[in-house]
Amino acid sequence: MVSRRHLWVALALTIGAAPAKAETIEVTIDKVVFSPAKIEAKVGDTIKWVNKDVFAHTATVNGGWEVMIPPKQAASLMVKKAESVDYFCRFHPNMKGHVTVTSP
Amino acid sequence: MFIRSTTALAAFFLLSAAPLSQAADKPTDPQIAHIAYTAGVLDVEAAKQALQKSKNKEVVDFAKDMVRDHEAVNKQALDLVKKLKVTPEDNPTSKALTKAAAEERAKLAKLKGAAFDKAYVASEVAYHKQVNGALETLLIPSAGNAELKSLLETGLKIFQGHEQHAEHVAGMLK
Repeated sequence: MVSRRHLWVALALTIGAAPAKAETIEVTIDKVVFSPAKIEAKVGDTIKWVNKDVFAHTATVNGGWEVMIPPKQAASLMVKKAESVDYFCRFHPNMKGHVTVTSP
Repeated sequence: MFIRSTTALAAFFLLSAAPLSQAADKPTDPQIAHIAYTAGVLDVEAAKQALQKSKNKEVVDFAKDMVRDHEAVNKQALDLVKKLKVTPEDNPTSKALTKAAAEERAKLAKLKGAAFDKAYVASEVAYHKQVNGALETLLIPSAGNAELKSLLETGLKIFQGHEQHAEHVAGMLK
């Protein structure tokens, strides 16, 4: 009974708090460049990379997350922890970006 | 009289000197298109040899990336020359690249295992350096058509990425 109530509270918090605030931050990839190169996000936000190139790219953090971004498609990542990290494209390491994720 | 002779002189230079010096040091757009396309085809051939011979995951992945990217660039190049109604023109630079690549492939064909992997990746670093140097100092500055120039500039960024990627793989093979 108690656990059930907790469940409802948790559910209410999830529906009420987090999704309402979560935003999507868009990064465009065009001609082998991440733009904007530096972005800021809050835990729970989604970063969406829109690839306008005919080339496959990645957004890769050394020892961390990696997102594959196929040619002419978009790919997203929900950021789960506060961190300030450089990322790059594993196929073209001259493509660089930076994400600062803060606690909401 | 003075004005006329100056004009005549200028016309003479425009007609004779400029096109001659251009023909001597600067490749034309049809030649540039041929050089860029050839450079891509040669790297795809090198990658296909690596895909047949290598068992190293990093090397195989790198070779697959080369096939995918260079085929994508060359598809764009073909679409562009078609649109511009330009016929790529064979030239001494394309011939020299082709000859050097054939020699490199023959050399690599004799190697196996780790020795092949190292030599292939080292040759990829050197090849991309050479092509990127040519793009930066000769092909991009010489390109007349704006769309061709833009494609070459994007190509340069992709190939600079390949050079760094190849250097990274070379570091892992040590």
